[in-house]
Amino acid sequence: MRVPLSWLKEFVDITLPVEELAEKLTIAGLEVESIEYIGVPGGNDKERLVWDREKLVVGHILKVEQHPNADKLVLATVDYGGDEHEVVVTGAPNLFPFLGQGDISGRKIYSPFALEGAEVYDGHKEGQVKMKLKGRALRGIYNRCMVCSEKELGLSEEHEGIMFIEGDLVPGASLQEVLGDVVFDIAIIPNIARCASVLGVAREVGALTGQTLRYPSTEVIAEGPELAGKVKLSTENPELNPRFTVMLIEGVEQKPSPQWMQRRLRLAGQRPLNVVVDISNYVMLEMGQPNHTFDYDFLRRRADQYDPTGPVHIVTRLPHAGETVTTLDGTKRDMPTQTILVTDPAGALSIGGIMGGAESEISDSTVNVLLEAAAWNFISIRRSSSQLKLNTEAAFRFSRGVHPSQALFGAKRAARLLQQLAGGTVAKGMVDYYPNPFPEVTVALTAAEVARLSGVELTLAEIEQKLEALEFQVTTDGEQLLVTAPDHRMDITGSHDLVEEVCRMVGFDQLPATEMSDTLPPQRSNMRVLNEERIKDSLVQLGMQEVITYRLTTAERENRLLVAGEGMEPDERPYITLANPITVDRVAMRHSLLASVLEVAAANQRHSDRIGIFEIGQIYLAGEEGVLPNELTRLALVLTGSRDYPHWQAAEAGALDFFDLKGVIEGLLGDLHVTGVMIEAASHPTFRPGYTARLLLNNQQLGLMGELHPLVVEAFGVRGERPFLAAELDLDVLMAAIPPWHKVTAVATYPAIHEDLAIVVDKSVSASSVVEVIERTGGFLLKDVVLFDVYEGGQLPAGKKSLAYHLTYQSPSKTLSDRDASKLRQRIIQQLDQRLGAKLR
Amino acid sequence: MLAELENLHAQAMETLEKASTTAVLEDWYRDTLGRRGSIYLLTRQIGQLSADERPAFGQKLNAAKDELEAAYEQRLATLKAAELKHKMASTAIDVTLPGRSQWRGRLHPATRTLREIYRIWGDMGFQVYRSRDVETDEYNFELLNIPQHHPARDMWDTFHTTTPGVILRTHTSPGQIHAMHEYAPEPIRVILPGMCYRYEQITARSEIQFHQVEGLAVGKNITLADLKGTLTDFARRMFGANRKVRFRANYFPFTEPSAEMDVECILCGGEGCQVCKYAGWLEILGCGMVHPTVLRNGGYDPAVYSGFAFGMGPERITMLKYGIQDIRYFWSNDLRFLEQF
Repeated sequence: MRVPLSWLKEFVDITLPVEELAEKLTIAGLEVESIEYIGVPGGNDKERLVWDREKLVVGHILKVEQHPNADKLVLATVDYGGDEHEVVVTGAPNLFPFLGQGDISGRKIYSPFALEGAEVYDGHKEGQVKMKLKGRALRGIYNRCMVCSEKELGLSEEHEGIMFIEGDLVPGASLQEVLGDVVFDIAIIPNIARCASVLGVAREVGALTGQTLRYPSTEVIAEGPELAGKVKLSTENPELNPRFTVMLIEGVEQKPSPQWMQRRLRLAGQRPLNVVVDISNYVMLEMGQPNHTFDYDFLRRRADQYDPTGPVHIVTRLPHAGETVTTLDGTKRDMPTQTILVTDPAGALSIGGIMGGAESEISDSTVNVLLEAAAWNFISIRRSSSQLKLNTEAAFRFSRGVHPSQALFGAKRAARLLQQLAGGTVAKGMVDYYPNPFPEVTVALTAAEVARLSGVELTLAEIEQKLEALEFQVTTDGEQLLVTAPDHRMDITGSHDLVEEVCRMVGFDQLPATEMSDTLPPQRSNMRVLNEERIKDSLVQLGMQEVITYRLTTAERENRLLVAGEGMEPDERPYITLANPITVDRVAMRHSLLASVLEVAAANQRHSDRIGIFEIGQIYLAGEEGVLPNELTRLALVLTGSRDYPHWQAAEAGALDFFDLKGVIEGLLGDLHVTGVMIEAASHPTFRPGYTARLLLNNQQLGLMGELHPLVVEAFGVRGERPFLAAELDLDVLMAAIPPWHKVTAVATYPAIHEDLAIVVDKSVSASSVVEVIERTGGFLLKDVVLFDVYEGGQLPAGKKSLAYHLTYQSPSKTLSDRDASKLRQRIIQQLDQRLGAKLR
Repeated sequence: MLAELENLHAQAMETLEKASTTAVLEDWYRDTLGRRGSIYLLTRQIGQLSADERPAFGQKLNAAKDELEAAYEQRLATLKAAELKHKMASTAIDVTLPGRSQWRGRLHPATRTLREIYRIWGDMGFQVYRSRDVETDEYNFELLNIPQHHPARDMWDTFHTTTPGVILRTHTSPGQIHAMHEYAPEPIRVILPGMCYRYEQITARSEIQFHQVEGLAVGKNITLADLKGTLTDFARRMFGANRKVRFRANYFPFTEPSAEMDVECILCGGEGCQVCKYAGWLEILGCGMVHPTVLRNGGYDPAVYSGFAFGMGPERITMLKYGIQDIRYFWSNDLRFLEQF
C-alpha cells in the first residue's frame, strides 16, 4: 500500500528521519518495500531530480499579456517572493484565457516557478531528461525564469500546460515544502488488515515512536430531513454480513474533488474521477473502511415499483440460481452460489464488499447519494473474490478482515466529506443494522507467559504500556493482565497473539539472541538420506554429472520410451494428474525417472560431445489403497558420446558403449560393497535387442540397463548414430543391500604368482559363467581373475570364442610354489572342460 | 714397485681429470680399478715383495685405491650432473599447451547447497526428516492452521490433483505434523528438506517446483530469543562470520510470533545494489514460534511445549551466492550451466 508521508503527518507527528522510520516499520512487520521521494532529497537514485530549495518556488501569476512578436507566446508577470516581479515568456495554453484580464492577482493563480540556474526535466524531450534553466531571448524578449508543467517537475507526463497549485500559498515558498513528498510502499501481510489504511499505519507509527494518534474528524452536521423511514435494511445471512449501515446525503454537486484530495489519491495510486467517487476512495484509504455509494433516486424509483408507499428495502442475501450481476466495470457476471449480494426486491444492486453494480452506481446526474458502510465475513469475501477473479481494493481489505465497528466511523467520515466538499446535505440519523455483533475479545496474559515464548523478561507494567500503545485496554488482575482487543482488530485470539504484539513493540531487532537450553532430543541418523548422498558421491567420482528434473510430465512424453514395443500397450497405470496444470507439458506426476533424464540428455546433445548424467528422484505410482500415491525412489543414468575429451594429442577412443555404462554400475556396486548382483541378458522395448541386461539382487529386480533402442532415442528428438546407454535402478532394492559395514582383508605379504589362461568355448557360454567356474575352483588361493581378451573368428572354429584371463595366485600364509600353482591351474582347466566344455587354447 | 705404484697413481689421477664423459670415465675405471685394471694387477704382484716390505706397500696400495675410488665417485657425480643438465637443457615442452582433461562428475548446485544446509544444522543437532510430495489438503493446510478459504491461502498458489483433497505440497511444512506425530512427546529438532510445488508461471524468478528446507524445534523451554540466536548462528556459517542479520515481524498462519530473517546483501555488503533492490538486505528465511494450534495438532500441549520453525529456499540461496539471474537454469540442466560448479 502506498502511504504518502504528508498524509501520515495529518494523524501523527513524525519524529524520525524517513529511512529510520521505514526501518522501524519494516522491523515491526510493515515492510516498506520501497520509498519514493518526490522533489525532496533521499534514496539511492542519483539520477532523480531533487528540487532546488531556493530556485524552485511557488510563483503567483499577477498578469498575462501577449508576447509582442509571437502569437503563440505570452508574457506572465510573476511574484516569486523576490524583490521584484519577474516577467516570463511561455507558451502554456492554459494561461491564454487570462490574456487581457489585467491584474489577476486576486484569483490566486499559483504555479511552480523555476529561477535561472534551476534544474528541471526538459518538457520537450521524451522521458525524463534533466536540463538547467539558462537565460536567453525568446522572440526578442529575454527570459531567464520559467513557470513549470508537471512533467518539468517529474510529477507526471503532463506537459500540455503549466501546473496550477490550489490553496492559500505564499509566493517564494519552496516547492519542496508545498509539493514535495515521500511515499512509502508498504507490504500488507494478511494479518495486518488494520494497517491497510493511512490511519492504520499512523497508529503503528505512533505506537512505535511514542506519539499520540490524531483521529480524523467524523463529526457530521446533519441538516437534512430524517432518514428514518426512508430505508429499511435486512439480511438473510448475518454470518456473512454482520453489519450494514447507510446514510443519505442529498443535493451533492458533481464536480472534480479538490486538488489536495486528488494529489493524495494519486500518490496513493488511485485515479481521481469526481468528488463523490474520490471521497469514497479517500475514506477507504484513510480509515480502511471500504464504502459504497448508490444513486438514491434510482433505488427510490425501483421502490416505487415494489412498494410505492414503503421505504427503499435493501436485503443482503445469497444469489438465486443463475443470477447475474453487471458490475460497474460493465461486465455481466455469473454469481457463485456462496457470494453475498446487496439487493432490493427488484434484484441485485452490488456484490457485497467486492464491487458495485452498474445500474445503481453514481452517475453524472446523481444528486442524492445513499452511502453504504458495511461489514462482511472475510472468508466469504476471499472466496467470492477469487472465484470471481475480482481483486478490488474493497475486496482486498474485507477479505483480510475489517472489524464491524469501523463501518460507523467510515460512514460518518464519508458523509462529513460529502457535506464539506460536495455541497451535500446530510440527512439526520443513520440506519445501522448490526444483527451479528463481533464479540469483544479479552485475553489473560502473565509476564511468565511472555517470557516463556519470547525469552524476554518484562514487568507487568512494561507489558501493559506496550499493549496500550496499540490501543489495547489493559487491566491488572493480580499477577496477570486482562487485555481487551481494540475495536479495529479481529486477529487476537489468545495470549500468543499478545506476545507477538509485545515483541513487535520491543522490536524484533532488540530481542536477545540466545542458544537453546532445552534438552537435546535423541539423535538419529537418516540412513536413507545418508545412503542417497553416498550413492551420489560415488557416481560423481565415477565421472557422472548429477541432474535434477521436473517431476511433472505427461503420459505422452513418457510413452516415448515404449515406441519400439511392437504390440506393446502404452503405460496404462493411472497417473496423479493435476486439476489445474499451468502448462500443457506438466500435467502429471511422473512414472519414469529415466524419461526425465533422457530428456535432459537429448536437450544437451546439441552442444555436449560427451554426456554422462544421473538423477536420484521420486516416481509416483497410484497405490492399491488410499488416495495418496506410492512415492518410490529411482536412480536413472544416461551415458552417450565420445569416451575421451578432445585433446591436441589425439587418442581415438571411440564412442561410449554398453560396457562403459556397466563399468559405472559395477563401480557403484563396488563402492557400496553390495555383492551378489546378478546380471543377465534380458529384453525390453526401451532397449536395443541383444544389448539389454537385467540386474537382479536378492531375488528382486534391481533394474534394467542397456543400449537404448534407436527408435526410442529418435522419439526423444535425437539425431545421429551414437548409442545412448541407460539404466534405471530401484533404489529401495539397492539401499536394502548396502551392508552397514564390510570386512577388510589383510594385505598379503607372500609373493603372488601370475599366469595367463586362454580357453575356447561355445559362443553361447556367458563370460560370467566362465568366471564363476574359475573363481569357485580357484578358491581362496585365487586372488584375482581379469579378462583381458575376447576373440572370435580367425583360426577359431565357427561358433566358438576365445577368452583370455590373467590369473593371480597368492596365499596369505606361505610362498606358493610353482607346483601349487600348476595344481590349481590343472583343476581349473578340468572344471572348465567338465562344466562348460572349455578347451585350453 | 713402490715407484711404479706412485707412477700409476699419478697417471691415473691425471687421466681421471681428463675424462669428459661418463663413458670415458667407466673405461678409466675398468682400466684402473677394474678386475684387469692396472692397480689390480699391481696387487697381484705383491707376492714378489719381501715380507718386510709387504705391510708398508699394502698400506700405500690401499690408500691409493681409496683415493682413486673417491676421486672416481666425485668425478662421476660431476659428470652425471653435467650430463643431466645438458640433457634437460636440450628438451623442453611448451607449458602453455592445454592439459589433458579428466572426466569429472559434479553434484547439482541444489544438492551442494542442500548439503551445506544439512551439515550446519546437523552440527546443531537437527536431523533430516523427509515426507511425501503428494499430500492431503489436511496436512498441507488445515493442520497447519490454514482453514479452507482462509485468506492466508493466498500465500500459496496450489496445484490440485484430480482427486479432491489431494494436492502437491506447497511447502515442506506438512512434514512438521508428520514429525510431531512420530516423535510426540519427545523433544524435536529436525530439518525437513524436499521438493515443493506452486501454481505459478515459469519465469526467470518463479518456478513450479523448488526445494525447501524447513526446520522445527519443539521442547519445553524454547523461546523466540532461542530462535534468533540459532538462526543467527546458521546465517553466520552459511553466509560468513561478519554478515549482519535482521529479524522483522511477519505473518505465517502456522507460527506466532512470526518473523522474516534478512541477511546483509552478499553482493554489496549492505550498500545497496540491484540484487537487493537497494535495500541492503536479502530475504533469506521465514520463521516463528510454532502456533499453539499446530502444536496441538501435532500432539503437544501448547501450554507446556513451545517451539520454533523456519523455512528457506536452497535455490534462492544458491542464486544469491553465485549471482545466478534465472531460476530456470536449475531444472533445465544445461550441462554448460551445471559444469560451472
